[in-house]
Amino acid sequence: MKQIVYAILVLLIVGHGVPGKDAGPVSGEDPAVEQRLANLSKELRCLVCQNETLADSQAGLAEDLRREIREQIKAGKSDKEIISFLTARYGQFILYRPQVTPTTYLLWFGPFIILIAGFFILFRYIRQRRDAIVAEPLTSEERRLAGELLSAKSGKEAL
Amino acid sequence: MIKYLIPLVLFLGLVIFLAIGLNRDPHEVPSPLINKPAPAFTLPQLKDPNKTFSAAEMRGKVWILNVWASWCVTCRDEHPLLLEYAKTNAVPIYGLNYKDQREDAIAWLGELGDPYVLSAADVDGRIAIDYGVYGAPETYLIDQSGTIRFKQIGPVTPDVWTNQILPLVQELNRQGNR
Repeated sequence: MKQIVYAILVLLIVGHGVPGKDAGPVSGEDPAVEQRLANLSKELRCLVCQNETLADSQAGLAEDLRREIREQIKAGKSDKEIISFLTARYGQFILYRPQVTPTTYLLWFGPFIILIAGFFILFRYIRQRRDAIVAEPLTSEERRLAGELLSAKSGKEAL
Repeated sequence: MIKYLIPLVLFLGLVIFLAIGLNRDPHEVPSPLINKPAPAFTLPQLKDPNKTFSAAEMRGKVWILNVWASWCVTCRDEHPLLLEYAKTNAVPIYGLNYKDQREDAIAWLGELGDPYVLSAADVDGRIAIDYGVYGAPETYLIDQSGTIRFKQIGPVTPDVWTNQILPLVQELNRQGNR
């Protein structure tokens, strides 16, 4: 029993993964500024470890960029201004959600285009199949034969 | 017959896209600063902190700004090439010493040689942010009007130097002398 409890405890601890030092609020900083910094840096990519957000990354550059953003927030810059400051230097790549511009149209709308194309192909296929099936109504002779067979069937049911 | 070839064509298209995508280095992020004015800066010189160096001083010249640091391993690989290229006097190479300790940086240059006309010390990396630096080494080629014409992410290789940087330098000098 004890072992099971230990095992669960170990799993709980390991299950948390390596939490890493959170890049969250720095003590002694204005919490409102830190909140905005946290929200902004979640949307931004760390260029050193590209699959990490600026909020999570411990890379030196990420720290510098957080410092830069913090200073700009304190200087009264809007989020939009800060984002354009960063994209002017690092390009759209720094944004996890790229802006909708002609160069990103394919990225944003490509999946929908493929979906619509898929529907189009599906509908065309269904219509083709419907057209391919030719209705062949029974002639009166065939109808009579069928009737005979059906009525005869009831007699043979004992078999 | 064509109907059966469509999936094959689609598949080949997919293969081509994936082949291109997988052979690209995701660390090479295209810089939005190409053909934009090089951000202005004035920084203390590494070897003589009482003097400053500013990008504006380089107006009218084609020059190279190489971002380096003593802690940067790849810079060490790149270094012998820079020394060699500096000797050819093809284009002046200036250094941006990125987030480094002054003593370490000077010792590094003393040990390995100094290819730079001078290095400017960007101790807290602020100027590097203006230049969109996200690693070292990075190299910028800046023209007479102070416009960034080329950026190399990672070390300058002999191939990049001979086939991209040198022709561009020659071209810019030709235009400048006209």
